[in-house]
Formats: sequence, C-alpha cells, structure tokens
Amino acid sequence: MKILVCVSKTPDTTAKIAFTDNNTKFAEAGVQFIVNPYDEWYALVRALELKEAGLATQVSLITVAGADAEPIMRKALAIGGDDAIRVNSASGDAFFIASQIADVAKSGGYDLVLTGKETIDYNGSSIGGMVAELIDAAYISLATKLDFAGNVATVTREIEGGEEVDEVSLPLVISCQKGMAEQRIPNMKGIMGARTKPLLVKDPAAADELTTIASFELPPAKTGVKLISPEHPEELVRLLHEEAKVI
Amino acid sequence: MILIFADQSDGHIKKQSFEAISYGAAVARQLGTEAHAVVLGQLAHAEELPTLGNYGVSKVHYLSTAVLNHFDAQVYAQAIADLATSLGATTIVLSHTSSGKAVAPRLSVRLKAGLVAGAVALPNTTAGFVVKKSVFSGKAFANIAINTPIKIISLSPNAFGVTKNDGVAEVINSTPELGGSHVKVMAVNKITGTVPLAEAELVVSGGRGLKGPENWYLVEDFAKEIGAATACSRPVADSHWRPHHEHVGQTGGAVAPNLYFAIGISGAIQHLAGVNRSKVIVVINKDPEAPFFKAADYGIVGDAFDIMPKVIEAVKKMKAGV
Repeated sequence: MKILVCVSKTPDTTAKIAFTDNNTKFAEAGVQFIVNPYDEWYALVRALELKEAGLATQVSLITVAGADAEPIMRKALAIGGDDAIRVNSASGDAFFIASQIADVAKSGGYDLVLTGKETIDYNGSSIGGMVAELIDAAYISLATKLDFAGNVATVTREIEGGEEVDEVSLPLVISCQKGMAEQRIPNMKGIMGARTKPLLVKDPAAADELTTIASFELPPAKTGVKLISPEHPEELVRLLHEEAKVI
Repeated sequence: MILIFADQSDGHIKKQSFEAISYGAAVARQLGTEAHAVVLGQLAHAEELPTLGNYGVSKVHYLSTAVLNHFDAQVYAQAIADLATSLGATTIVLSHTSSGKAVAPRLSVRLKAGLVAGAVALPNTTAGFVVKKSVFSGKAFANIAINTPIKIISLSPNAFGVTKNDGVAEVINSTPELGGSHVKVMAVNKITGTVPLAEAELVVSGGRGLKGPENWYLVEDFAKEIGAATACSRPVADSHWRPHHEHVGQTGGAVAPNLYFAIGISGAIQHLAGVNRSKVIVVINKDPEAPFFKAADYGIVGDAFDIMPKVIEAVKKMKAGV
C-alpha cells in the first residue's frame, strides 16, 4: 500500500488575523506558519504508524502551494515520510487543489490518501471528498480510527451523537481527526534527515477554479463583558432569559 | 430551482435539516424560484415528509432505493447529483454536518459546481453569487464568489435559524438506479440520553477549574435543567475526566451554539477557536484575569462551587414561574 498524505501550510493558531490589499489577502508579515495540525498530528502520524507496522510500503507528502511552503514540507518530513511533492500553485480554490492531488494520486499509484479533517485557515473540509470523487474512491470523513486487514480498512468515523464503524476497501480517501494518532515531536535525526529527502516540484495540471475569494472581513469587536456580582447569580439567569433570550 | 438535502438520523429528519431547508427556501425567494427537498433512504417516520413544507419547500423527493439505507458519500452524491440534473437545480443546499461535509465536496466535483463549505449567511446575488463563510477558525469571514452555473452551499449549523409556516409539501416517491456501495457499516454507537454536542443550541462546558470529574454534577445538573449538551476543555479530556468527544477547541470539535456557558475554563486561544462563533458566551471563573472574559458577553468572577448551585436554583425558579 502506498499512502499519500495531504499537507497544508497554515498560520499558527495564535497568529494575529489581519488582511491586506483591500481585504483580499491574508497579511502574512510577521506571522509564524505551521503544518496544519490535523494534517500533521493525525493524517501524517497515522500514515507513519501504518508503515512502521508493515502495512504500507511508502508514505509521500503532497502540498499544492508556492515555494514559501517548502520549510513547512521539510518540517513535516522531519516527523517522517519518504518523500514530498509540491505542486507549484498559489491557488486557493478547493477544486483546483483537489484536482492536483488527484492527478498525483492516480499517476503515482497511491491506494490511500489521508487528509486532516480541515485546515485551520480556510476550514473547508472539502479536499478529501473532492479527491475521492476525482479518483473514484470511497471517502470516509472525520475518522478517529483506521486499521487494515489486507486491502480492507476498518474505519471509525464521527457521526452526530456518536460514532460509526465502517469496513471499506482500497482505494480510499480518509479525513483524519483527534483519536487517529498522537502528535510526534521530530527528533534531531529526523530534522537532519529531512534536509536530504526528495522534494519534487511539479507544475500544476490543467484544472478550473470554481470559486474565488472576493474579500475577507473581521467579525465585529465584542462590546465587552457584562459582569454580574457573584452575590447575585440569579441576575445572570434573568439576563440570559430576558435580554439575551437564549434560555 | 433550489434543491436541499434533508438528512435523517434514527428514523427522523435531522433538526439541522429544518434549518438547511429554511435557508434554501429563503435563497429560492431571493432568486424568485422554487425550493424542493430530497430525502435519501427509507425514513421510518415517513409521516414527517410532507411536514418539510413547514420550512418552505413545495416538494419533497423521497428516494428509497435500498443502497441509500446506509450512508455512503459516494452513492449519496450520485443520487443528489442525478436528481439535481433532472430537475435543473441551480443551487444545492446541505448542512455542514458530518454527512454534509462528506457529500458536498463529491457533489461539487460531480456537477462541476463551486462549493462554499460552512456558509453563515444568505448569498449576495446583487453582482454574481457571493457567500459568506467563517474562516481562520472563527476569527474572520471570507466572502467567496462561486463562478459556476450550479452552486453548492453547505450551511454552518445554527448560523441561519429555522423559519416555520403551515405549508405542506407534496411527496414524490422514486427508486432511482444507483451504483453499489463500497462501505459496509459494521456498528453504530450512539450516546443516548444526552443532547449531541454538534447540533446543540445550548452548551455547558467545564474546565480544570472544576478540580475533578466528581464535580461534574455542576455542569450536568445545569445542562439538564436548560436542555443543553455538555462539553469540556482539552486538559479535561486529556486527563480523562471526560470523554474525548466532549472536547471543544482547536484540536477537538468546533461548536456554534446560541449559548456557550463556560465554567472554570481560562479561555486559551486554542479553546476560543472552537467556540468563538457561539452567539452568547458566559464565563464563570474565579480569576478575573482569565482571557475568556475578553471574549465573553456575560461573566461572573467567583467560585463556581458557590455560584453554580445558585444558578441552577434560579433556573428552576424561572421554569416554575416563581
């Protein structure tokens, strides 16, 4: 089994969110970037565990991004993976990005594609499902467990109010979330080794962009907290009932 | 016309689907067209089908082919895409829930239709078709232009609300030919007797300030009294005081209820990322410097062990009309 892990460069969780160019671009100046946590902690680490267990022969990483994403790819390679592919495009459209990943998955003969459940910047949860449709594979989203017996995967996924356990055969696309694996901190050997791992840069395949970002906006600032005396908690209940009208 | 996917669970139409239908019907009114709903698989409570008219659809397409009786995003997307094509649907609306998140992207590819995943408002159709969605984990919004003839929107739960009238929908039965499913459902484990977190309108959440799992009665009693789901912060889930599915925040689940009531949670930025789309946030914390107060609408600086029993008592009195 060959595994392709989708990796995205995202701003750090604590990054200040601001926009430039008339609110059409994220202001990257001074922002610390990280590997999207769902891609790193869950998708990548589970792929590595499957290889360590002898169930996978190869783990490749893929991103669709400009050269500015290469440090992030090296960081992901420091955790593990045999090689990485960067499809050179700055597109923000999910269909375009998924088309690139599907193209590599098909031409590279990957049986299993893993993604994080979403990226923490665009929060679309769309890439996995699109790739699955493009390569005509089954898709299990929001998975918390993944095991294999031969070509058959047993996947646990989150549903509203519980979980479902599915059996499904390869080829397969899975979006991963908490429960799938535990975060790994790269060690010095990993960091040194990552420098020399192959990072192939590929031109994008022809694909349409179905959406464009017209603008960004920030939510209105909170008006400030209304503090209620700890001596009169019943006043809080009255406000929630009469003013906020939520209970 | 507008086609809305009405999802089912435990033999009933899901509550979020009422909201998706209300939203789709509003899009239809805005565009001067009609709205239909589609229900996939046998619905145990089929008497609910015509009542979907209450939320603004004139017709409900009830597709009861056996392969649709379990969820498989691949087959569901095929069923919805085929129906949308035969009806000439220009916009398809789904809920941004576990099933919607799996089906919407597949539909997008199948119909070559731009998708806005996690919409929070009606589309702006004055120039083009622009839909607002939440980005950067609730810290900003993006206005996304869909550039294709067919549009797909998955609606963030609790973002629009339910609008109800006394309309009745005509039910159209069919059993379309569909591909086989590659997914075999082995087990479904539901947590019964509590409000599921993802669809809750009210959420009561506890943090390390509650000192231990034995004190969770403060969260649970209050949640029960107001009909809320229970949640917790990451350290609480990591310490196994509470199950992992209750963890909300950056790495856990994200919620957007009408009320998020946080007890003994300091409000680290990772936690806020999971809750900052809540409409009203209440914070109970004895540390006046807790960062959560900056994101809160109402707060009490004090000891939860003193305050919560009084809050629960006040709710009981309110409900009794005292």
